[in-house]
Amino acid sequence: MTSTNQAVDCYRSHFEAFERTLNGESQSGLHQLRREAMGKLSDSGFPTTRHEEWKFTNIAPITKIDFKPVFSSDAEGIQADQVRRFSFGTHHQLVFVDGHFSIELSTVGTLPKGVYCGSLAAAVKVSGDRVQQYLGRQVKIDETPFVSLNTAFLIDGAFIQIPDGVILEESIHLLFIASGRGQVLIAPRNLIVLGKRSQASIVESYVSLKDSQYLTDAVTEIIVGDEAVLEHDKLQKESSDAFHVAMIHARLAAKTTFTSNSIAIGGSIVRNNVTAILDAEGSECTLNGLSLATASQIIDNHTTIDHAKPHCASHELYKSILDGRSRGVFNGKIFVRPQAQKTDAKQTNKTLLLSDDATVDTKPQLEIFADDVKCTHGATVGQLDADQVFYLRSRGIDEMTARDILTFAFASDVVSRVHVPPLRIQLEALIHGRLDQGRKL
Amino acid sequence: MLEIRNLHASVNGKEILNGINLKVQAGEVHAIMGPNGSGKSTLAQVLAGRETYEATEGEVLYEGKDLLAMSPEDRAREGVFLAFQYPVEIPGVSNIYFLKAALNAVRKHKGLEEVDAVDFLQLVKQRTKLVEIDESLLNRPVNEGFSGGEKKRNEIFHMAVLEPKLAILDETDSGLDIDALRIVADGVNKLRKKDNAVIVVTHYQRLLNYIVPDFVHVLVDGRIVKSGGKELALELEERGYEWVKEADRVAIQA
Repeated sequence: MTSTNQAVDCYRSHFEAFERTLNGESQSGLHQLRREAMGKLSDSGFPTTRHEEWKFTNIAPITKIDFKPVFSSDAEGIQADQVRRFSFGTHHQLVFVDGHFSIELSTVGTLPKGVYCGSLAAAVKVSGDRVQQYLGRQVKIDETPFVSLNTAFLIDGAFIQIPDGVILEESIHLLFIASGRGQVLIAPRNLIVLGKRSQASIVESYVSLKDSQYLTDAVTEIIVGDEAVLEHDKLQKESSDAFHVAMIHARLAAKTTFTSNSIAIGGSIVRNNVTAILDAEGSECTLNGLSLATASQIIDNHTTIDHAKPHCASHELYKSILDGRSRGVFNGKIFVRPQAQKTDAKQTNKTLLLSDDATVDTKPQLEIFADDVKCTHGATVGQLDADQVFYLRSRGIDEMTARDILTFAFASDVVSRVHVPPLRIQLEALIHGRLDQGRKL
Repeated sequence: MLEIRNLHASVNGKEILNGINLKVQAGEVHAIMGPNGSGKSTLAQVLAGRETYEATEGEVLYEGKDLLAMSPEDRAREGVFLAFQYPVEIPGVSNIYFLKAALNAVRKHKGLEEVDAVDFLQLVKQRTKLVEIDESLLNRPVNEGFSGGEKKRNEIFHMAVLEPKLAILDETDSGLDIDALRIVADGVNKLRKKDNAVIVVTHYQRLLNYIVPDFVHVLVDGRIVKSGGKELALELEERGYEWVKEADRVAIQA
């Protein structure tokens, strides 16, 4: 028996124990979905580097540990002021402790009529149909083994629904806090549904109260209605011992504007999948990413942009700054389906290596089946430019500061694309802090 | 202020400077002229501390201190300024942010407080007028997308803000049209003081019509082969560099 199967066995026994606590609820539609997902995970097992999708990132350290799923909220002992340092000033802040909604720690300001902004578990209880017409229908439950795992233990997360025509002025912050209670599986499941012509910006951040080794396996499903505008920002700064595997899956209707900014700073092994399906004409999709890794961190970004219909544009900019013995991975898929004529797709991946031992694997993967399209991609890997460093030094700036300024400039190219000003300011401060601390990342 | 004694320097094992001797006093303007490949820019880069050039022999004293032992940033903080022949583009770093960081580094070195934001803005605005640089260039990334002329003017603008004691202008005239040349030269002239000095490295005489040198030195094959007053520049313009080269060969043979 391989170790990945042992891991599946552990999760299956946790699943069975979980089922026994459910009583009548085990017949619910939601639980059918969980059971199906557990079956898929049992069939697939966890991937090894022999799998094409996982060949750059060895997840064996994750499957070696028996992470215990967290079945209920335990926010006791967490004070509001411990949470405050993770806030960035919006009135709508949903706080999740180990993946479970905490009503005590959350604040929601006045929202336009018809907006749902709260716990997924609560929404399932109150109006299951409203949730279940979307849940688990965007991302396939066996899209990756980690999506299966997340779905098998799907209990809570955020549910945001914005009705047609509603414009949210203020952003919504989904704050996922790991309490540090030990080797646990934290599996939040988020569902974001934007009605036609609605507009919103939603920020997910993943943080920890103290260093500990846990696994966050998060899935966010996003549905963007016709002519809607959504900015989705994600800030991942988990504990340095933690593992973070996440899937963001967005389906875009006609003439939408969707932006995903994904900033990854924390964690020990990190895998982010971001998938956008341009499912109708006239949409614009922007995927940006920034990874800052040091020591022996691995940050792996897999993106997929699926141009299923004509007249859509996509822009993608992923950057990594790698120090120490860290590793970066970028795999950018762009599909242009046969009917997706007049597609305009641009992908850029840039890596800055700050040490001799840091490495990166970068793989653009363009599969184009239409002929009247414009698709470009480019990847660069390099160190700080010696001419630039000297230029700064020759004006009196010391070498370390010069390097910091140039590194920050490299990062700010992505950070400046975050259009939630208080978050952008926080990100800039965070990166500055990272640079100043050890004079290295 | 500056004394260069028998300076030899090489890049990748190839000797470029071959025994330079030069004395610059406060208040003076020195022009260093010479044909392409004579080592003019190498001299400028070595004085600024570029690490790709290795000083293999000789010494450089700046205000009595061993200049070659100092890091590039310490040289700048002590008042040495190099206006680059090819100013470097720095995407993502605004011109004004860069200048403020540079000015504060110099001030800190002198034991002064960081510059007050209002004072800094005032200083910067005043200095933009000196080199007639568009204020919109302040908030743009350093040199990125600047025209050739704007880049050169931006160098003199940095000089105007940092107020160095010893400014080395490396082919600041190249790529400038006649109007821009006059503006840049006027800027440099306005910054001249009794206690600072300027070394103008140039291939052509025309800049020297505006920045009038006290001394002109001709560099050939990494050595100063001829020195004189400002009239030497005119003579070079008329007779070309072959004339000094020939005279030098004769001198060596003799």
